[in-house]
Amino acid sequence: MAMTNPVSIIKGAVSLIIGLGVTIKAFFRPVVTCQYPREVVTIPPRFRGHTKLVGDDENPDRTRCIVCGMCERNCPSGAIRKVEGEKREGEKKKVATAYILDFTTCSQCGICVEVCPTDALAFSDDYNVAGYSRENCHFDLVKEYEKRKATR
Amino acid sequence: MTETINNIADVIGWEAIRTVVGLVGVLVVVVLNALILTWAERKVSGHIQRRIGPKEVGPFGLLQPIADTVKLLAKELLTPQNVERPLYYLAPVIIFIPVLVSFVVIPFDARLQVKDINVGILVILAFSSLSVLSILIAGWGSNNKYSLIGSVRSIAQNIAYEIPLLLSLLSVVLMTNSLSLRDIVEAQKGGGWYVFFQPVAFLVFFIAGVAETNRTPFDLPEAESELVAGFHTEYSGMRFALFFLAEYTNVFILCAMTTTFFLGGYHGPFLPGIIWFFAKTYLLVFVILWFRWTFPRVRFDQLLNFSWKLLIPVSFLNLIITGGLLKL
Repeated sequence: MAMTNPVSIIKGAVSLIIGLGVTIKAFFRPVVTCQYPREVVTIPPRFRGHTKLVGDDENPDRTRCIVCGMCERNCPSGAIRKVEGEKREGEKKKVATAYILDFTTCSQCGICVEVCPTDALAFSDDYNVAGYSRENCHFDLVKEYEKRKATR
Repeated sequence: MTETINNIADVIGWEAIRTVVGLVGVLVVVVLNALILTWAERKVSGHIQRRIGPKEVGPFGLLQPIADTVKLLAKELLTPQNVERPLYYLAPVIIFIPVLVSFVVIPFDARLQVKDINVGILVILAFSSLSVLSILIAGWGSNNKYSLIGSVRSIAQNIAYEIPLLLSLLSVVLMTNSLSLRDIVEAQKGGGWYVFFQPVAFLVFFIAGVAETNRTPFDLPEAESELVAGFHTEYSGMRFALFFLAEYTNVFILCAMTTTFFLGGYHGPFLPGIIWFFAKTYLLVFVILWFRWTFPRVRFDQLLNFSWKLLIPVSFLNLIITGGLLKL
């Protein structure tokens, strides 16, 4: 075995010392832990939370959704349960009144965001969706839009 | 106060009092050391891995070992089917005996040694061989293939590394002309620590000691990723805690011995001897914890080859050279 060769012993010992140097440097460097409930990680812009409806630029009272049903038809998991809307006076296209997303089966694939003809859907950055019942994850995106509109 | 002690001494004799005080002291050191080491291991591991380690349980996680102890005490003592009952129950008890006996001869300070036996080195080495017996019993009595393989590997490793341990110590003994630990420490008074005279012996002793205590990089017998948990797979709750405790106490004894033989024991300027002793010992304990997260695990054949082909010839050569130089 090459073990009794003095040169390889010295080389081996030197590499061990170098290794020790690496770990002791790491010991004195600051920790990278983000202590979650007290500190929060900044969410990157392309984070995929559940989807949200985007407001219309010209008329912020309504969402861009025209209730065509493309997202509902194309969802591979069938997570989009109900998209309903009505035609209002003065609006050229339909306005969404209810949009039920079952987040328990959503895989955040992004097909609904991609196929929407009016770019009405976008990913939100909400990750605190744990709850005690399945219904906690059934989101009505129109109601959420109304809530965000009220607090703006 | 002195009156009552003198009265008690007239009845049972000073030796008995000294024994009791020594025993209490040893138990306190063993338990405190286990608590400190569990905390230190997790904190040091955490910071080397750039994370925090325990921090919730007390300030800086200092009460974490107590939480661990309570958890282990509350666990169910599950005895698997078909174990060899006497062996299975005996193993965690036997592993503690050599550990406690080794504490008797360690000199914590000039006058803080339970008993300075004049063959101190022999006592420590002989009793550390006994812990090998306990591992064998644990592995066989568990009725589990993984335990058996783990314990067999551990025994081979322990036997192989006892020899360089002894040979490196013999160089120190040659320089001191005595097997007693007190004499060895006293011979290093005034700055003449043996680590300067015998660096090779120091390295060989420390490496062989790390292998003896089954710590990484030599922890194949209890390698978590390879053997479930090696020879203590089948032990739960308090029995596992005893194995755990014995391992940490062995680490402490190894570091205490290294400071005694090579780093001048309790000698040091200004501060009382016992503080220097613990400072040096815990510095070496930190080095052992440091090793754990730096080095990969040694493969079993590499481990045995390392001992038989490298450490034993080197320590033997060191012994011969020491003897030759002393003669001249």
